[in-house]
Amino acid sequence: MRGSRLALRLVALGYLAVLLLVPVGLVFWRTFEHGLAPVWASVSTPAAIHAFWLTVEVAAIAVPLNALFGVIAALALVRGRFRGKWLLDALIDLPFAISPVVVGLALLLVFGRSGWLADLPVQVIFAVPGIVLATVFVSLPFVAREVAPVLREVGDDQEQAAATLGASRWQAFWRVTLPSIRWGLAYGVVLATARALGEFGAVSVVSGKIAGQTETLTLLVEKRFENFDLAGAYAASTLLALIALATLLAMTALRRREE
Amino acid sequence: MITVRSLTKRFGDFTALDDVSLEVEEGSLTALLGPSGSGKSTLLRVIAGLEVPDDGAVTIEGADATRVPPQKRGIGFVFQHYAAFKHMTVRDNVAFGLRVRRRPRAEVRAKVNELLALVGLEGLADRYPAQLSGGQRQRMALARALAVEPRVLLLDEPFGALDANVRAELRAWLRRLHDEVHVTTVLVTHDQEEAMEVADTLAVMEDGRIVQTGAPRELYEQPANAFVMGFLGPVARLDGHLVRPHDLVLRAAPEDERDVEAMVVRVTHLGFEVRVELVLPSGDEVSAQLTRAEADELEVKAGDILWLRAAGPALAVSA
Repeated sequence: MRGSRLALRLVALGYLAVLLLVPVGLVFWRTFEHGLAPVWASVSTPAAIHAFWLTVEVAAIAVPLNALFGVIAALALVRGRFRGKWLLDALIDLPFAISPVVVGLALLLVFGRSGWLADLPVQVIFAVPGIVLATVFVSLPFVAREVAPVLREVGDDQEQAAATLGASRWQAFWRVTLPSIRWGLAYGVVLATARALGEFGAVSVVSGKIAGQTETLTLLVEKRFENFDLAGAYAASTLLALIALATLLAMTALRRREE
Repeated sequence: MITVRSLTKRFGDFTALDDVSLEVEEGSLTALLGPSGSGKSTLLRVIAGLEVPDDGAVTIEGADATRVPPQKRGIGFVFQHYAAFKHMTVRDNVAFGLRVRRRPRAEVRAKVNELLALVGLEGLADRYPAQLSGGQRQRMALARALAVEPRVLLLDEPFGALDANVRAELRAWLRRLHDEVHVTTVLVTHDQEEAMEVADTLAVMEDGRIVQTGAPRELYEQPANAFVMGFLGPVARLDGHLVRPHDLVLRAAPEDERDVEAMVVRVTHLGFEVRVELVLPSGDEVSAQLTRAEADELEVKAGDILWLRAAGPALAVSA
């Protein structure tokens, strides 16, 4: 009994080590192999700094939008009674099912030079709005999919109690519903952030990869890799990983303080 | 006072309420009593505004409330499974209704302290619901409902999720509380003992209809039909009549032609009372309830032949 439990643990840890820890660790090791100076040099070039801020900016727009949409969609799925609910349910998962490259191409078809919406006053394709759209699309399901089961689990007893106590729908949402789904929401936001930071395929198609303008960190990593600037690629990758790690740690710290 | 007129509510093919009318008197404690699926909870939820009826009207203190949302009905509602706000302390739970009404802080504080004292939870104000027992949670829910000074208090199987001894204790406590606070109260329960002990008025429900309304004693002694009689207490069937087992008189010899002969099958001593099971010549079985003194006097034992008569109100039923 004890032995089999130990074996199970070893298998799980071994799997994680081979697939996650070793490759990521190797990137970190390669990055800092020659000390901090070359790393700093390659992440502080104007192109790298711009890519860093662009990535943060895109995530900062896409994630709140999807958090808002995700909560509304989850409420509609769990509490709503309307025709075509199954359709909403299926559509939310579409970004999981479609390859990001296809998403990028679809955006090109709609907003591109000969697309349906080619004559908008703002440039979408090969510009920041296109990158934001692509990122919103690929990170859309996370919040809704994390919040919906929590809402179902909590039930609507507390909301009904709030209503009988005189709370408006809005007050009931802020004071009762939101606090009870907060950890589902937080987890959804972390996942959506990670996805937004790491998005490559769709962004690669719609951004045009213009250095200093529409080049995100993932695109920078790819470019440096293709130009045989391995050290630079590792450094940019590490930067990307550190942002994701910071988000995760911030959420954990927040949660710890709450409890 | 609450007036309910010709309420009908359907859920798909199921008729939960079928033309229900009821008057709940000002300051009374009325119990809606019935088996599960009889429509009692639905009726309570329609009064609260948590369900909208398909037909009929609800009037609270003279004003039509049928389409008024629950927020504006001036009600307090207590749920079977407490519906406590899990992320708030006991104090914040009780203060909720006052806070959403934006009452001044000092007033909220004073009112919450008063209510916590009323329900005996002063020492637990800073705990979270998860740290309370079921009985304490339900007392918190009651304080929370009373905080907004509701015109009517609606309790949906409030003790249904509690242990038997906690139930009995809270029941007596609720009765005392009602005598103190005097708010018009409607209680839903499937437990006849609970309803009889706590309520001034009972409304017995079956299949979405109110079968009979009245004081507990009135319903017990003059049930409108076999269902009400059976639901409010044990019944014995004798000669096409339903009688209460304690209204059966046993004698060693017949005194007039109405007495029925019966043979004792089993005698069970239950402390103060003695249950005597008998079989009639027809083969039907009947259970009588005697005091210990009566049983001792008869020296009743299995195999005895005795004479049986109903000495209380009996309800004729078709065979």
